[in-house]
Amino acid sequence: MTDTIQFENVSKFYGEVLGVNRISLTISPGITTLVGPNGSGKTTLMNLMTGLVQPSSGTVSVLGMNPSIASDVFFQVGYCTQFDSFPRGITGLQFILDGLMLFGTSKDEAAHLAYEAIERVQLAQEAAHRKIAGYSKGMRQKIRLAQALAHHPRVLVLDEPLNGLDPMARAESIALFQELGRLGMCLVISSHILDEVDRISDRVVLITGGYLIAQGQIQEVRREVRDKPMQVLIRCNNPELLAARMFSVNHCVEARLHDDGHGVFLRTGDIDQFYRLLNEIAVEGLVNIEAVAPADDNANAIYQYLIGSDGSAS
Amino acid sequence: MTQEQLQTAIGNLRRQPWSLWALQARRLTQIEIRRNLISRRGLWIYFLAFIPAIIIGIHLLVDRHPDFAMSDDTVVLAGVVQLYYVRLGIFFGCLGIFSRLIRGEMVERSLHFHLLSPVRREVILLSKFLAGGFSAVAVFGTAIIVDFTLMYAGYGGAGQEFVFHGPGLGQLASYLLITVLACLGYGSIFLLLSLVFRNPMPGAMLLLGWEAINPVLPSLLQKFSVASYLRHLMPVSVPAEGIFALLTVETEPVPAWAAVLGLIALIAAVLVFSCYRIRRLEISYTSE
Repeated sequence: MTDTIQFENVSKFYGEVLGVNRISLTISPGITTLVGPNGSGKTTLMNLMTGLVQPSSGTVSVLGMNPSIASDVFFQVGYCTQFDSFPRGITGLQFILDGLMLFGTSKDEAAHLAYEAIERVQLAQEAAHRKIAGYSKGMRQKIRLAQALAHHPRVLVLDEPLNGLDPMARAESIALFQELGRLGMCLVISSHILDEVDRISDRVVLITGGYLIAQGQIQEVRREVRDKPMQVLIRCNNPELLAARMFSVNHCVEARLHDDGHGVFLRTGDIDQFYRLLNEIAVEGLVNIEAVAPADDNANAIYQYLIGSDGSAS
Repeated sequence: MTQEQLQTAIGNLRRQPWSLWALQARRLTQIEIRRNLISRRGLWIYFLAFIPAIIIGIHLLVDRHPDFAMSDDTVVLAGVVQLYYVRLGIFFGCLGIFSRLIRGEMVERSLHFHLLSPVRREVILLSKFLAGGFSAVAVFGTAIIVDFTLMYAGYGGAGQEFVFHGPGLGQLASYLLITVLACLGYGSIFLLLSLVFRNPMPGAMLLLGWEAINPVLPSLLQKFSVASYLRHLMPVSVPAEGIFALLTVETEPVPAWAAVLGLIALIAAVLVFSCYRIRRLEISYTSE
């Protein structure tokens, strides 16, 4: 049994409509985030890896298993879908118990696992005994997450898991995902909240229009986008002079002063030459450089470069 | 198939986790029965089942029950079972219960919770069918027992004699057998309709029409009807009257065992096809 999720030349069509096209992808343990606008194929990818839909062509394997064989796969996989709906009239605890009882566990063991999961997502025990119909959106999100991870899966697939959560709950969820990732679990998360993608992810998969655009660590993906100028923030005591020196070479295409006047954003088409020149300026001592930081090797910038729109708005 | 292949196939079957499947089926059935029977949305099915009991109860309170009227009431009860329960009450009750099992959950967007559990889809389908069958039989079987009790309660000693020392209990057993077969027969068809069609209602209405005109069809076509088989199990025949009597084609009586086996074969065939369909079911709630 492997520990990866593999897509080999997978296409999915819904009648005439393209879901995803010729996707080849390997997802390793850790946190992988699927990024893309609405309708880009993120949920289709997740549904394919959990057998809710079948590929039109190509093969998908999850830990070496065929996802369409539920009786094998779902002992190892948990999927928290984006569907904000539940069986009617049940409590949060009953919802998790009903799922766990199908794993062949005893009632005591199921109850133990259910309470453990409820605690893990930090849902109040008292709330777990109330009917889900009376939950807030954030609580419903938490109870679905609890249900997906209650049986201790090795793969956890989470479709927009941060939707509807307040900032505190969001931070708690991110901490939980990071902990699960550190434990060696394979987490696949789709998210529109790109600022948080940077904090959560070990890797990103960018997808648009059903096509895979890029994959890998965010910095790696950014480096691959060689044709787009990179932006660097330099904190220094004389940003105007620094900008003037930098513009003396032709690879620098844009400069913008920081709001506080103690730094400058510089955009360059040749990052290697840029850093060499910056070293020379620092050695000359004309400008006192305090800090240098890439300003656009985050998911949001990559998203804009590759997909051409601001992901946070979609 | 060679003997070696046969042995391999039997060995493979034996290696399957039958005990886990049985446990999963039992638990899924319990969950579904809870949802079917303890649900505000299911109240109309109780109403449908117990309307005759209410009417018979009113008659019990306001009518006198001379002994000679008991045979008329026996025919009335047979008519209630054959014309009301089989053709309307159980038909629509099963439509409500069985079409909700798959399609209803797709409309409510909660079916994926089952499909994302480590349970074979065939086990999910058969468990849902069992739960639907149990729920329908529990409701309509109880209703028929209540009808039967109220029908003969007003006759005092004569009624007791008829029930306990006459054909009464045998007739009740036949009505219950008819109820079980009607629930499972219609239930399997509605389950399949809800798997095949986004809206199972037009198919159900076609079936209702077919069942309604079935008595006036040629005897060969009458064989393709749930109600037709059930009619052969009726312990008391209900005479067709008026224009309906002129149109009704009398068919050769079918032995009870043949009627039962015929219906069981129909149910099995429909369930096998339903299992085939659910294996290929994809979740696309957006199109629901």
